[in-house]
Amino acid sequence: MLSTGAAIASIAVMAIVTFLTRVLPFLLFDRGESPPKLVLYLGRVLPPAIIAMLVVYCLRGVSFAAPGGWVPQLLCVAVVAALHLWKHNNLLSIFGGTILYMVLVQAVFA
Amino acid sequence: MDRKALAAAFPVTVPVLMGYLAIGIAFGLMLQEIGYNFIWAFFMSLTIYAGSGQYLGVTLLSAAAGLGTVAVMTLLINFRHLVYGLSMLEKFRGMGWRKLYMIFSLTDETYALLSSAQAPVGVDPKSFYFAIALLDQSYWILGSVVGGVAGAVIPFSTEGVDFAMTALFVVIAVDQWKTYKKHLPALLGCAVTVVFLIVLGSFFGQDQMLLVSLGVIVLLLLLLRDRLEEKEGEAC
Repeated sequence: MLSTGAAIASIAVMAIVTFLTRVLPFLLFDRGESPPKLVLYLGRVLPPAIIAMLVVYCLRGVSFAAPGGWVPQLLCVAVVAALHLWKHNNLLSIFGGTILYMVLVQAVFA
Repeated sequence: MDRKALAAAFPVTVPVLMGYLAIGIAFGLMLQEIGYNFIWAFFMSLTIYAGSGQYLGVTLLSAAAGLGTVAVMTLLINFRHLVYGLSMLEKFRGMGWRKLYMIFSLTDETYALLSSAQAPVGVDPKSFYFAIALLDQSYWILGSVVGGVAGAVIPFSTEGVDFAMTALFVVIAVDQWKTYKKHLPALLGCAVTVVFLIVLGSFFGQDQMLLVSLGVIVLLLLLLRDRLEEKEGEAC
């Protein structure tokens, strides 16, 4: 575990960087001229690519050495996606998948 | 604070109230599980105020990641905010000191409400927007503190609750998949990350390879610009 000071420093960096991503458009483009086309293009195509990247990043611990290393993760991702396509309710999808995952790792593949 | 604006904003924010309480509670639980109590949850939600960013923050704190990694990962996950800001330039003009808070509090959900909600007749739109932003953050802080306290007192194991982060990203990805007409960026992001992070990451270290993945994704998207923009033109 980090020391208290180091944890505060980490949180401060998260806060500052998060604010920067929010304030940057206002600093750069709040004078009336429209942003360069390249920026608008990246703004459109990057978000889905980054979210896909983060989903894979979350699953980086998956290992095919034993069923417990991949069944809970991949099954629950499929369940979340299916629930969301079916009911389109954020809470149901997130909590349904998470509770199933907790049951799987604590009771089934423990 | 303008009470009329608060009263008008509250019903609009009820869906966010439900969502933020739930996701905030999961955040507080995860943070408690890695050894940081509700006081940490409170200050993170007060100063950072980003759902997916704070979920990632739990991972970064528990991995004792270096400040450079923390900065880059936070930048990546919040990159989409740049787009939100671009479409709020007009709306926030002339809000004076409140503009700074509006920019600070521009989360996905607040952005969604601000894009669609109309101030009722007789309510100052700028106070109305400010009230929406303020209410949303108060729900978020409340949820994360409740989660932190609950994590410390509930008797059953919360092992596996961190899957909520994966689930949140999957939900966002499904929503994007349905919204966007072209799926190449998402497929590209997935394929590049599998190759670089999973395959090469086991040799070179995953933190570095995540940055390489992002670089390759941006490069490929720039190379494919003609094709992707053309496709979009056809769809319109």
